[in-house]
Amino acid sequence: MGLFILRRLGVMLLTALCLTFIVFFLTNLYPNLEKLAKTQGNFRMTDEAVASWLDDRGYIDNTLIKYGRWLGVAPGWITEKEDGTVTGQCFKENAPVEERPTFCGVLQGDWGSSLVFKDEVSSLVATRLGATGKLMGFVLLVMVPMSLIVGVLAGMREGSGLDRSLSTFSIATTATPEYVSGVIFIAIFASSAFGLKWFKGSATQAIENATFENFTLPVLTIALYGMGYIARMTRASMTEVMTAQYIRTARLKGVSFGNIVLKHALRNALIAPFTVIMLQIPWLLNGVVIVETLFNYKGFGWLLVQAAGNNDIELLLAVSVVSVVVVLITQLISDIGYVFLNPRIRIS
Amino acid sequence: MEPLTWTGPLGQFLNPALYVLSAVFLVAAVVQIVLGIATGGSRVVTNPDGTLSSAGGAYDLSSTATRWLGLGLLIVVLAYIVIGIFTGPQVAGIIGGMSQQLTPVWIALILTFAVSITFKRKLGLYGKLFDSTVGMVGFALVMFWVYAGVMAGLFDWITTHDSLSQVSGMKNKVPGTPMRGAEDGEYAWYLLGGDNLARDVFSRLFKGAWVVVQIAPLATVFAFMVGITLGLPAGFYGGRLDTLLSFLANLILAFPVILLFYLLVTPEIVATGIPNYMATVLFVFPLVFVGVLLNSRYYTQPSFRTPLLIVVLGIMGWMYLSLISDAGTKVAVLPEFLDLFDIDPGILVVFVSVVFVNAPTVFRIVRGLALDIKTRDYVAAAQTRGEGPWYIMLWEILPNARGPLIVDFCLRIGYTTILLGTLGFFGLGLQSESPDWGTTINAGRRLLSAYPHPAIAPALSLLTMVLGLNLLADGLREESLKD
Repeated sequence: MGLFILRRLGVMLLTALCLTFIVFFLTNLYPNLEKLAKTQGNFRMTDEAVASWLDDRGYIDNTLIKYGRWLGVAPGWITEKEDGTVTGQCFKENAPVEERPTFCGVLQGDWGSSLVFKDEVSSLVATRLGATGKLMGFVLLVMVPMSLIVGVLAGMREGSGLDRSLSTFSIATTATPEYVSGVIFIAIFASSAFGLKWFKGSATQAIENATFENFTLPVLTIALYGMGYIARMTRASMTEVMTAQYIRTARLKGVSFGNIVLKHALRNALIAPFTVIMLQIPWLLNGVVIVETLFNYKGFGWLLVQAAGNNDIELLLAVSVVSVVVVLITQLISDIGYVFLNPRIRIS
Repeated sequence: MEPLTWTGPLGQFLNPALYVLSAVFLVAAVVQIVLGIATGGSRVVTNPDGTLSSAGGAYDLSSTATRWLGLGLLIVVLAYIVIGIFTGPQVAGIIGGMSQQLTPVWIALILTFAVSITFKRKLGLYGKLFDSTVGMVGFALVMFWVYAGVMAGLFDWITTHDSLSQVSGMKNKVPGTPMRGAEDGEYAWYLLGGDNLARDVFSRLFKGAWVVVQIAPLATVFAFMVGITLGLPAGFYGGRLDTLLSFLANLILAFPVILLFYLLVTPEIVATGIPNYMATVLFVFPLVFVGVLLNSRYYTQPSFRTPLLIVVLGIMGWMYLSLISDAGTKVAVLPEFLDLFDIDPGILVVFVSVVFVNAPTVFRIVRGLALDIKTRDYVAAAQTRGEGPWYIMLWEILPNARGPLIVDFCLRIGYTTILLGTLGFFGLGLQSESPDWGTTINAGRRLLSAYPHPAIAPALSLLTMVLGLNLLADGLREESLKD
């Protein structure tokens, strides 16, 4: 087991490295850098001005070297101007020579700074991640119980009317992406056209003060899309368990149907959905990006859109590292959790 | 002219019936569900002669009631549509007007169903679809949008106005608003209202369907070609090849889709030509696939194989080169006079990124299926006969994996539709005046709380189309498991 986890961690590291390199490469292509220079400097810069702006800040160097700098394995850039001022990646302008560290990258704990927000990337990502964590927490709190209940109710009697209607419901939710359900929810519950002003169509205030009024719609929108898939997996697992030998034995012994479902079937039927729920979390990340944009909730997904839209290189890299880590860790947890939950694998 | 209501004068008779029926239907459905949980469903008694029959009782009564009420509801809804076809917006309101505009779609749908149901026993898996209600509903929804998209896009049949022209005084008008100063021969209403640029929502909706109907299935086909061509050898050979390809697939899957779209679809990246190079790589897979498919089958008869390959690969190669080469971009290999068609660069980028996102998932499915099927006896038999590995992969394993692949194909078209909408929602790829659903939702969401109708119409359309595809996949899965 230890070896398995170690190997998985190794693959994780390799994946994260490859992925950040791809992001790095794409964001450092010259047209992107040119746009960056023009938005940071001014829009009427000549081509030479753009080139010298980029050269002063170390953007023209080889991509591999730049990537090494970001990682913290290559020395940061230092530019000496004609008038003698020295600027560098790792220190402020004209810092004394002894206070000029050579390396400043992720390995040194320095994630760089965002050019759009004029702030440290690490603190930016941390605060936004906190906001998204709150959203995700509420989503899981709504989504998991609802989907398990729907799945178990549908799966306990395969082919019944209840099964058919609940299955159709879960198919319908998987067919409703967040930007569709969000739009419909806002139109029905928050617009003046239908007159039901129950909730708010914007969740901007929910960052500090989440209330029932401003947080319900975003949470419901994400939860609904993720729900259908988990419910269907639970249903499949439940129907499989309900045809097992020991359930038949229990029925023949005369155990009541409710007791069979709650005491005999449920525990075994919930092993598979656990894996699915864990693997669903990275999927929710997509939903989070859409919903945070739609409801203007300034969390991690909103940050991703801002970083990508403005080609904010260091912020974008940090954002992609975080999302890759989320994806890979949930995979790892689902693998380990599956082994622990399933006595057949655990004991053998 | 008077503004139209949703159901017009017809509604005075039909609406009360609809309301009463739906209320009673809902009550009956809830009663049925509660009784189903409480009493344990339908009870069956064994008759003295050994046959089984239902014991009746409260549950059966409620289920019969739900069925009949549901049927009644369906008839009322159909009445709106059918009366609408013949009387139009004056009598049957907005719904009638839409129904009248959609007449060719109704005819095509009825013909398709009539022909398919008549010959369903001779049509294989497609025919069996018509044994399952869920599958038929899904198929009807999908074909509705396919026909509507094709008719609106190719023949300009359904639309009432030009999808780009702006009419003064129609900005953000509610559905059913009469057009100010409509001339003779012009359609006199904006059936689903006007958007924030005073364009007709109804016409844009169906023009948008054409964009989706064009891109989504084709992109899915390409993703399947890539996934199959790489997934079969990965599963069949295993080893290093498998490790490498699986790592690459997982790498792409670990990207958040939206980040990938932002990285690939921005104008700056398009200027570097990366999407064109990706297209060059991704679009070569169908050629490889078909080439290997035919070669592995006919390589024993060179006199037949060689001309076949030359003709097929020649035509496909020409298509391929015309597809990837575009005069203004980095990849311009074909001279102008040989270039059959040019793809709008925006559409090409969207197409490439959607294929790129979908292919790894298909790869994983195909790889899993190949791993499973390669242990079967008929594969061993083919190996004993001395067949080559590609023959076994493409003519033994692939046909036997078709069931799950067909089901996944339907689901994946739906997912591709969702991805296209996501791209539009973030304003990536297609131009901002493009009528496709994602872009329209994006344009409409800014004024959502005041004027929701321009965004709701495409949202509901996307919902019904994807729902149709998912139901179709569900029906296919059910029917393919039966034998």
